[in-house]
Amino acid sequence: MVYARLILMRLFKAVIVLFLIVIFNFLLIQLAPGDPAAILAGEAGAADQEFLNQLRERFGLDQPMYVQLWRYVSGIAMLDFGYSYRLGVPVFDLIMDRLPATLLLTGTAFVLSLVLGIVAGSMAAARVKKPSGSLIMALALVFYATPLFWVALMSVVVFSVYLGWLPAYGLYTVGAGHTGFALVLDVATHLILPATTLALFFMAIYTRMTRTSMLDAAQQDFVKTARAKGLKPSVIQRRHILRNALLPIITLAGLQAGQMVGGAILTETVFAWPGIGRLMFEALQQRDYNLLLGIFFFSAALVIVFNILTDLVYRLADPRIKGAS
Amino acid sequence: MSFFARFAQNRGALIGLIILLLIIVMAILAPLLFPESPWRMVQRPFLPPLSQDGYLLGTDTMGRNVAAGLMHGAWVSLLIGLVSTSVALLIGVPLGAIAGYYGGLIDDVLMRFTEFFQTIPNFALAIVLVAIMQPSITSIVLAIALVSWPPVARLVRAEFMSLRHREYVEAARLVGQTNSTIILRQILPNTLSPIIVLASLMVATAILLESALSFLGLGDPNVMSWGYMIGAARTVIRQAWWLSFFPGVAILLTVLALNLVGEGLDDALNPKLSRER
Repeated sequence: MVYARLILMRLFKAVIVLFLIVIFNFLLIQLAPGDPAAILAGEAGAADQEFLNQLRERFGLDQPMYVQLWRYVSGIAMLDFGYSYRLGVPVFDLIMDRLPATLLLTGTAFVLSLVLGIVAGSMAAARVKKPSGSLIMALALVFYATPLFWVALMSVVVFSVYLGWLPAYGLYTVGAGHTGFALVLDVATHLILPATTLALFFMAIYTRMTRTSMLDAAQQDFVKTARAKGLKPSVIQRRHILRNALLPIITLAGLQAGQMVGGAILTETVFAWPGIGRLMFEALQQRDYNLLLGIFFFSAALVIVFNILTDLVYRLADPRIKGAS
Repeated sequence: MSFFARFAQNRGALIGLIILLLIIVMAILAPLLFPESPWRMVQRPFLPPLSQDGYLLGTDTMGRNVAAGLMHGAWVSLLIGLVSTSVALLIGVPLGAIAGYYGGLIDDVLMRFTEFFQTIPNFALAIVLVAIMQPSITSIVLAIALVSWPPVARLVRAEFMSLRHREYVEAARLVGQTNSTIILRQILPNTLSPIIVLASLMVATAILLESALSFLGLGDPNVMSWGYMIGAARTVIRQAWWLSFFPGVAILLTVLALNLVGEGLDDALNPKLSRER
């Protein structure tokens, strides 16, 4: 099976990358100014000598470097990311607890930005050199240049404070006790602002990409043939040009996964969305470095999984591509 | 057609250049118009814009002048954008040049290394780096440079690969020029235009990254920056929207201007490749 081998190859590569990130995390703790134990403990531990000694023992910081590295790597291999010393909870549990909210947010934003971006981009491609086409591209450029966190804050001001249409914070109404369909509806209304603001930036990217890709595809011979056959321009645009232009967009979407993580950190911070992005912000504020590094590792793992998935989709969509890249 | 005429043909690029010049003027005038530290408390807090003479954009939660912060912030944004882009070029150009020129095993190793950096979510990496090195201008510049060099390396590598078998390179080799001379004096000058275009876009991205880092509280505690202003006003957004509004507009305009200039440079430097618009 070509796919099975391909997935195995990609997984092997993924393991190597993750291993390097673990080593990178380890080095970061070692190279950081100050006592590694104090860094792991954050500010809380710094005052208490006994706590620091405890940490030193736990991490084997009194041991030679290679023993420390081995302990750290083998711990993570068994999904032991250590403790958040601020919260007194295993890092892995904290992340798992927050993961669903992040997947919901980024997943929604991803689909939204892809659909809107492709629609806007193909509209712009069909209206090259017309004012309406230029307007779409100008808007895309503005969204591309706008800081995400600022759009998030401004949308809170407009839609939540002034218009009072949408809730600005959290995943659901606390204390409302919704269940079943009412809960789904409640979460959905809370999702609108964060997902839309997160989607805007990526929508801008997909719009530009779709337009370029469609203009390229429009130059190809099969389009001339279709035109010569007398097909309607709208049919050519949809069935001949767009279909072929979609492939590079899938590749690009895979590459955007890392950016999406960054966007999620900012959006979740503004909207108090209880995902791993918000957790990262909380870890930052509390100088909870062990938690911070755990989230960093985890977000990289998520990106790699997403990359593998888009790669598979790409191969399914274009059977001409064979073998590993 | 001259370089500037081609640049000026793109109306967006001209507008971008004008905005950019205005922001540079803002940065230069900041210490003259507002000689006092932008951190100083000068009036009662939460003064709305236009409500009092001398405080055009109002005051923030601590009674600091928003207009002063905005102008001093321009300097910080431009500085960090330029310096971190230069550092990223210093990492990316040599790596890309060596990989593209020599090819083979060196290329493989360097490209795996580049791919590794591209896989890591770059904003998360920047956060971790700044948090652990402690926030300062230096750590911010380093973090931004470390997450933004891979595209440079890839671009330079691709250019080198397409140029290394050109006749003038073969000729240089025949007359006995060393590899380093060929790389630096023969090929590199011919790759400058795409590098300049990419660099202008990278300055824009770097400014966005810096603002996002300071928004999260990872700014240098000694310098006033736009991102910090927005972050500090985040919790009072209901009472005082203007505290976040103006710095955000400043970031938006700067980043937009740099992108427009980048597109203009692309048109002017690579006329053959210019996309139809």
